[in-house]
Amino acid sequence: MSDRPIKLERDEQHMFNVRAIVAGIFILFALLGILGRVYQLQVSEHAKYSELSRQHYQKRIPIPPNRGQIYDRNGVLLADSHTQYVLEVVRDNIGDENADGKSTLADVDIFVERLGSIIPLAEKDVRLFKTQARRFKYQPILIRGNLTEEEYAAWAVNRPRFPGARVEVRMERYYPLVKTASHVIGYVGRIDARDLETLNKDEYIGTTHIGKTGIEAFHENRLHGQAGYQLIEVDAHGKKQSLLSKKDPVGGQELFLGLDINLQIFAESLLKNERGAIVAMDPSNGEVLALASVPTFDPNLFINGISQKDYTALREDPDRPLFNRALQGTYPPGSTIKPMVGVAGLIEGVVTPGSRVYDPGFFRLPGQKHAFRCWNKSGHGSVDLKYSIQQSCDTYFYDLAYRMGIDRFSTAMRRFGFGEKTGIDLPSEASGLMPTKEWKEKRHKRDWFPGDTVNIGIGQGYWLATPLQLAHATTIMANRGVRLKPHVLRGVRTARNQEESVLKPEPFPTLEAKDNYWNLTIQGMENVMRPGGTARAAGAGASYRIAGKTGTAQVFGLAGGKYNAGRIAKRLRDHALFVGFAPADNPKIAVAVIVENAMGGGGATAAPIARKLMDAYLNQAYGDNALKPAGAVAQQELEQMQPATSVQEPTKKSKKQKKQKKQRVNSD
Amino acid sequence: MISSLLPSWLIVALQRVDAVLLAVLSLLVFLGLATLYSASDGNIEQVQRQIIHFSIGLGLLVIFSQISSKTLRQWSVWLYGIGVVLLILVLIIGVTKKGATRWLYIGVDIQPAEIMKLAVPMMVAYYFSEKPLPPRFVDIVIALLLVLVPMLLVMKQPDLGTSLLIATSGFFVIYLAGMSWWLIGGAIAFVTVAAPLLYFFGMHDYQRRRVDTLLNPESDLLGTGYHIYQSKIAIGSGGAYGKGWMQGDQAHLDFLPERHTDFIFAVFGEEFGLVGNLILMGLYIFIIWRGLYLASKGEDTFARLLGGSLSVSFFFYLFVNTGMVSGLLPVVGVPLPLVSYGGTSVVTLMMAFGIIMGMRKRKRIYQRDS
Repeated sequence: MSDRPIKLERDEQHMFNVRAIVAGIFILFALLGILGRVYQLQVSEHAKYSELSRQHYQKRIPIPPNRGQIYDRNGVLLADSHTQYVLEVVRDNIGDENADGKSTLADVDIFVERLGSIIPLAEKDVRLFKTQARRFKYQPILIRGNLTEEEYAAWAVNRPRFPGARVEVRMERYYPLVKTASHVIGYVGRIDARDLETLNKDEYIGTTHIGKTGIEAFHENRLHGQAGYQLIEVDAHGKKQSLLSKKDPVGGQELFLGLDINLQIFAESLLKNERGAIVAMDPSNGEVLALASVPTFDPNLFINGISQKDYTALREDPDRPLFNRALQGTYPPGSTIKPMVGVAGLIEGVVTPGSRVYDPGFFRLPGQKHAFRCWNKSGHGSVDLKYSIQQSCDTYFYDLAYRMGIDRFSTAMRRFGFGEKTGIDLPSEASGLMPTKEWKEKRHKRDWFPGDTVNIGIGQGYWLATPLQLAHATTIMANRGVRLKPHVLRGVRTARNQEESVLKPEPFPTLEAKDNYWNLTIQGMENVMRPGGTARAAGAGASYRIAGKTGTAQVFGLAGGKYNAGRIAKRLRDHALFVGFAPADNPKIAVAVIVENAMGGGGATAAPIARKLMDAYLNQAYGDNALKPAGAVAQQELEQMQPATSVQEPTKKSKKQKKQKKQRVNSD
Repeated sequence: MISSLLPSWLIVALQRVDAVLLAVLSLLVFLGLATLYSASDGNIEQVQRQIIHFSIGLGLLVIFSQISSKTLRQWSVWLYGIGVVLLILVLIIGVTKKGATRWLYIGVDIQPAEIMKLAVPMMVAYYFSEKPLPPRFVDIVIALLLVLVPMLLVMKQPDLGTSLLIATSGFFVIYLAGMSWWLIGGAIAFVTVAAPLLYFFGMHDYQRRRVDTLLNPESDLLGTGYHIYQSKIAIGSGGAYGKGWMQGDQAHLDFLPERHTDFIFAVFGEEFGLVGNLILMGLYIFIIWRGLYLASKGEDTFARLLGGSLSVSFFFYLFVNTGMVSGLLPVVGVPLPLVSYGGTSVVTLMMAFGIIMGMRKRKRIYQRDS
């Protein structure tokens, strides 16, 4: 220790003081730096963090609105909602395997697998759930609907194992009349990825189902209502702390259809064991009274996703129950259009009320050998228009059409609504086909031949029409030219008891023709139902006057051979058609009937069906089993209800749906 | 008078306590307890436990304020030696929790690294107290070795945060001892150059990733970044005047993690705003100043170096914590001194202030009775 330099207390004290002061200055600056940072956060960027903080602790819990009920014109309930136990999962709350507080998609898989061991989950439900789970982290997502009591009990016992899963009571759609009018009412199904692209996410947050077909789809905007919400304060785990504010949902509108469900049931029963369609309309206002397409299906199957087995069965059924024949089925209209063609001929001056044509049993184009045969091979002799309608003389109309020419003919028939959609408030309507020269050149790359026009004259050839178009054209006949847009929705009742939303009437130009033109053709149609007419049997004994027209649509062309319905395969038999209205002097109902591949023709098969419908409707006689209005609807209210003279424009969604030819289901 | 109610030995003992520092410490402690009450969601039991910590701390403060610099100097080598042995034992037979081996079981779990926070500056101060100052280069090298050995042992546990605090407490002594400014500048320059080189050429990918997260926590918003994100929202949403005591949404709605311990500064900032932060910083600055002042009044070089180092370390804890919570510095588990909940931190800090007080020059002790 001898070599140790001398330690000087005074120097070391001084040294320390200098170092301490330098350190103190450094410390002061460092802490001022921290304060500067705090100033930046609390003053400069305060607004930003304030907003972030609010977003953090406030959460909107949607309350889905109750979907509006659907009633028929008399207040019979067609679509209702009832309570259901459903299992929902909030993806963010399912917990995790790594215990890092965040749930990954892998955790979702594990969770679903574990959940599936307690409650059976369909593969399709799981797939849909996972798709949605990828999108929505904090929202409850449906994974299983319609829990049975056993399943509910099984879940209750295992509840602690599944944080994030919960059973909710939901209002769920059902269709009490099962298979009745399923094509009109349509059905709702789970919202799928395709729906998510188009719908308003604010309004559908919390809603699980959406209209997929029929009225349910077309009037989705009316039925859905407005979503409400609860604004709640939450903690970091999403647990509710307190209610900040609340907006009640507004239930969807209750829809009252023009449909007379008892007539609909009767119509469907008349087509039992057949394939076919019936459209009944009120000519005075365009309301659709019945729109039957047989066979039908059970829309309840689709609500929570139809099983693969059921769907395959429906899709592969050769009778195509999902296909709405009344709206989407296009058939050659056959002789049913002869009265309309007659009116067109009179207007165009091609024929006059008194002009006659000689029918030798066939028609030949000038200078050609090919004979267009009249159904009556021996010929009707010299015939005028009225008689030609009564007897459905083909030769008269071959001649009329030939002389009128396709251009004028096609234009005239468009004014009866052929070749274009009627604009009914149902999705997926077909436009049928009213051929023109241009159409044939474009479609078949061939010139239009005069012979094409001749066939068109009796509703054959390229001409295709839907049963709805036929009924619509028949109402124009019944109304003597006044054209009204067919519609299913008659009136609405809103949850808020507000005024009716105004349904703008859409003007259609009236088909102008002299009174005696209408009188003549309608008389011809009345004669159809009388002795000497093609539907005399169906018209016999009626207590009111009926105007009608039979028709037969060829499915299979027989080159000169004799047609024998009993001998050829059922699928190749002709379709039987009938159109008509009654009472002829004061039309209350117009009907179009088509029976596919019928044993008899229009007069034998289709006309009696129409007669029975008219009898039932005009007398309101549906037997003791007729359905009564639901208690929720006061008769007075129905009477006060403003009839919907026209219908709302289709929603974007339904426009989109129309493009899709096939009926949609919510799976695959 | 109060003095007549107390036994005379206690009055003598209390004369060693610096009343000014104690008063300001008490203000800070009061503010801390109020914040803790809010941060723990009105959990009075937690506040009571913290009060017990402070009581023990106060007792130790009074006891250590009696111990002279000379006595402490004699303990330095022993304490340091025992500490290093315990650290080695930790690596051999330590208790492992959450992947880190930091504890020894002797009936209860003890954490020897905590001892080193005091033992290292004591040892280095002891070393320099024997040497002429400013220190020669060789003495600095030896002092660095005294720091590095326990630092590396703690780093191996691994406990990066504590090893950093141990190292800095030692460096502060070397600085205060008068290490040449040239050397300090050189050392800083060396680290500035060496660190990136080490990062790019001397590390494995996984090590580099860990450094990345440490330096930029917001790159990992689901992990550490989440804490920083939440605490920034808490502080920022507090604004100039704060949301008011017990009114912090971020804190009370459970968004803020570790809010009664390492992140309590965010709760304070949310509820008391910029005004509160200015007051809080004012108190801290006063305490640090008073600590340095008392250290400069130390009996001898050992007293000055140790007292100065403890005061600067107190600042360093404060800086690392507030820097971390406000998103300026990497996340290192350091509590906000005397405010965060936690027995060890509170007790050792109070004890450190007792040590600073005790090492002051003694003068006219008995005068008051005359």
